[in-house]
Amino acid sequence: MASLVLIANNRLVHLSPVDLVIIVFYFALVLSIGFYLKGQANTGEDFFMAGREMTAWVAGLAFLSANLGSLELMGWAGNAYKYGILAAHWYWIGAIPAMLFLALVMMPFYYICKTHSVPGYLRLRFGPAAQALSSISFAFMTVLMSGINMYAMAVVMRVVLGWDIHFSIWVSSITVAVYVALGGLRSAIFNEVLQFFLIWAGALLIPILGLIEAGGWTGLKARILQNLTEQHVANPGAYTHLWSTLGNFDKNPMGINWVGIVFGLGAVISMGYWTTDFLVVQRVLSSKDLRSAKLAPIIGAAFKMMVPFIVILPGLLGLALLRDPHTGSILRLVPGDVAWSPAGQAQGLHSFDEVLPLMLARYCGPGLLGLGITALIAGFMSGMAGNVSAFATVWTYDIYGALINRNASDESKVRMGRWCTLIGMAVSIGTAYLVMQAQSIMDYVQALFSFFIAPLFGTVLLGMMWKRATPAAGFWGLFAGTLSSIGMYAWVKLDANAVRYVALSLNAQDQAQNMFRALWSCLICIIVTVVVSLITRPKPEAELEGLVYGATQIPSETYVSTLHRPWFWALLVGIVFVALNIIFW
Amino acid sequence: MKKGGSISIWFFIGLSLLFNGVLILASSIYQLIHPPPPQVRVVLFNLHAGVWWGALLTIIGAFYCIYYAPGKGRI
Repeated sequence: MASLVLIANNRLVHLSPVDLVIIVFYFALVLSIGFYLKGQANTGEDFFMAGREMTAWVAGLAFLSANLGSLELMGWAGNAYKYGILAAHWYWIGAIPAMLFLALVMMPFYYICKTHSVPGYLRLRFGPAAQALSSISFAFMTVLMSGINMYAMAVVMRVVLGWDIHFSIWVSSITVAVYVALGGLRSAIFNEVLQFFLIWAGALLIPILGLIEAGGWTGLKARILQNLTEQHVANPGAYTHLWSTLGNFDKNPMGINWVGIVFGLGAVISMGYWTTDFLVVQRVLSSKDLRSAKLAPIIGAAFKMMVPFIVILPGLLGLALLRDPHTGSILRLVPGDVAWSPAGQAQGLHSFDEVLPLMLARYCGPGLLGLGITALIAGFMSGMAGNVSAFATVWTYDIYGALINRNASDESKVRMGRWCTLIGMAVSIGTAYLVMQAQSIMDYVQALFSFFIAPLFGTVLLGMMWKRATPAAGFWGLFAGTLSSIGMYAWVKLDANAVRYVALSLNAQDQAQNMFRALWSCLICIIVTVVVSLITRPKPEAELEGLVYGATQIPSETYVSTLHRPWFWALLVGIVFVALNIIFW
Repeated sequence: MKKGGSISIWFFIGLSLLFNGVLILASSIYQLIHPPPPQVRVVLFNLHAGVWWGALLTIIGAFYCIYYAPGKGRI
């Protein structure tokens, strides 16, 4: 309680009436959209798949916005402050190749088989056992993620505005539950597109003004180098280079090497997240046709490449510009558990995750501040809505419809979907209260990804690309991969020295451990799937039509011009992606 | 995106940008005329970022509201 009182007194910003009007208008608008779309969510296709009639732009922006949750905005700005520009890997090599791979290679199979979900695809390809394992683990992960989003938002509101943590959790979750329960996926998608615009409108000024103050990119690099050298930080130059310090574990602040980034993050974690996490894939499945479904992730990738401008750059600017207003000395941010302890609050310490609000308060006066805070709230709510709508779909189709009531009517599924939205939100609220005890939000979430997502990618990839993969192999590969990931996590928790085997270095930080654990668990999944496939009976090829490469007729796109073809835009995005990595090498 | 003669999502976005833009522009112009004391000013106050940012949001929002106004049939 003493800590809460101190935090309330140490709030970063004070909102003016104009700021409050902007925030209240945002809540009114998202609720209005939910009520307005209520009449357009009467069938299962409408409620869970938004009628499969979204354009590529709407599906693409919603695809990205569902990922722009609180952890993206706050957590990665904090990680940029902590690890430097290395954090941008999670936006570039940790996203772009996977998004393009989803668009060009995997989306045709998801779309042609008309599945409602990723576990639904596994049922068609590998049978009910793989579906059950995948759907239960996804539902578990999703409500945890939603709870984490809520908790992160409540902490921000408490630290930044001094708002009561319980008030923030309940107001935001009730708002999201109402608009998703009323309008289903269509309402979630409409609000996600709105939130996307608000996030950019509210956050874009920070890097623009920050770069003006720092003297451009060159001035920013010089200030970071000077500040970190003054504080005797090891390898200060590594904070502004993407690749040049990844030859050795000891030469960068993350304690990782290029193998972990390229293979752990780029080839496994990001592929797993962007191609099999139903939270994001669901948005693309709502597209009106296959070409839109292929273009949507490419549009998302183009904007994803720009997100570091509003997330990573503010973190770096914080490293260069933040100073104690009383002493004028460099302001050092600290881990959340230190900053939010009574002692930390008494000293006026701030956590890594507060760097974005600190920068917001630095540049934004009345009105702009309200828009910036609205951008943060919009990020939190889009993440929550994404989780809860995906949870409702997977529960209704893959758990309730597949395991509990196989003869459920379309009407009862819609009813179940609405109830699941409310129940999922209630469970998430419970999770938020549990997560309050966790030390580091981001590391916790990354661990969850590596438990479930990395092995799932191995299973789905083999399922789509290899006709010989058998139903038994799909289940056992996924099971072995998930179990091994949890096992490695527990091993390191019990014996800290085990990190030298799991992450190949005793210097590996949490993020590096997650990358390597994901890599090993995916490899284990693939090996087990291949071995079991070779000793069990495969499905007849006729049953694999629409599900597997080589057994599926992909519709030709020769009738459209080059400018309308997905591969052309994917190539363009790929060229910019390579250029960015070279520029910031 | 819209369905069955309903309101386009882009109209909602225009409405939001227009509302926020007008409020930010108005409050920033007020601050321009009645500047706060130096000790409570934000960094780079002299650039008056709120004025041009508010104006930009107002223009974009107004364009979206007019172009995607209900009844025009645009999606």
